[in-house]
Amino acid sequence: MFLQNQFERNFLTTSVDYVFNWARKSALWPLSFGLACCAMEMIASSTGRFDIARFGAEVFRPSPRQADLMIVAGTVTLKMGPVLRRLYDQMPDPKWVISMGACSSVGGPFNTYSVLQGVDKIVPVDVYVTGCPPRPENLFYGLLKLQEKIDQMTTLVKRPTEVRLHESMLEEFRRQVRIAQINQPSGELVTLA
Amino acid sequence: MLPETLQQHEAAAAIDRDLPGAVAGGHDRLGETTLEVDPARILEVCRYAKERLGFNRLSAITCVDWHPSQPRFEVVYHLHAIRGHRRLRLKCRVAENQPLESAIGVWRSADWYEREVFDMFGVEFRNHPNLSRILMPLDWDGHPLRKDYPIHGFKYSYKDE
Repeated sequence: MFLQNQFERNFLTTSVDYVFNWARKSALWPLSFGLACCAMEMIASSTGRFDIARFGAEVFRPSPRQADLMIVAGTVTLKMGPVLRRLYDQMPDPKWVISMGACSSVGGPFNTYSVLQGVDKIVPVDVYVTGCPPRPENLFYGLLKLQEKIDQMTTLVKRPTEVRLHESMLEEFRRQVRIAQINQPSGELVTLA
Repeated sequence: MLPETLQQHEAAAAIDRDLPGAVAGGHDRLGETTLEVDPARILEVCRYAKERLGFNRLSAITCVDWHPSQPRFEVVYHLHAIRGHRRLRLKCRVAENQPLESAIGVWRSADWYEREVFDMFGVEFRNHPNLSRILMPLDWDGHPLRKDYPIHGFKYSYKDE
């Protein structure tokens, strides 16, 4: 095949990935998703005093269709949970989630009947920010950590697999499965896909 | 029977005079007037308070759970007269599964208050147009602000980690 092995680590693919990651991490568009007092700190971080625009994440979008970062800022109630999941599903890929504050990370002080104990129960979280509520600097630290994480993304580069399976290895594996099935007393054959 | 401390109170005396037997008791402390009303006649008293005494605003309806004493619930109505800035508190004790008459015909703002009391305590209001849960999810089981509802959540009941 002509294209085989063309997408492993080489000058062209890593350069394209570098540009992609640079663009993605420098222009994160957060979904304005304030749920409780953490939202105040999130709003404060976008004001001139702290200025989240320095990190290129100042464009808070009210629509999940236009956002690629969800900052879950505040207590997530069980009633809000399905809404949050739906908003996450409506965001276009690639998308990231910052769990801001103790409440959204682990439920915070609210071990009560109505509060979801951690937003990671319903959406995958990239960065957890501690604090109750976190100061804007704390949120920026989480944002920088997320940018580091985005920098590691590989869009074009296919990472080489650790173990390359040879056809003879696969045949050996099938043979061992057959032997194991013969020794089973029940006699039920497990078909190998 | 109106206690002696309330005989001179204008609103309380008027209710007791025109609706005899509706007020079972009450007190006037710290500048706040409280009347204990017979639950069967709460609508009557509310209508009288609005139309004749000028309590044109319903400030709040809330509820107290006195579990395990009986009757269990105490529904509290906070009334406010904007003219003259007067306030009046009506209380009535109801047992579990004992419905109250809805005050929505008197004050339209009673709608959501009564839904909240129903949601949190399970007190039913008769003739309410839409008595459904307002705060909790619609399929929720139980009434969270009752005293016999579990205090703790489910933080330590996760098994998957």
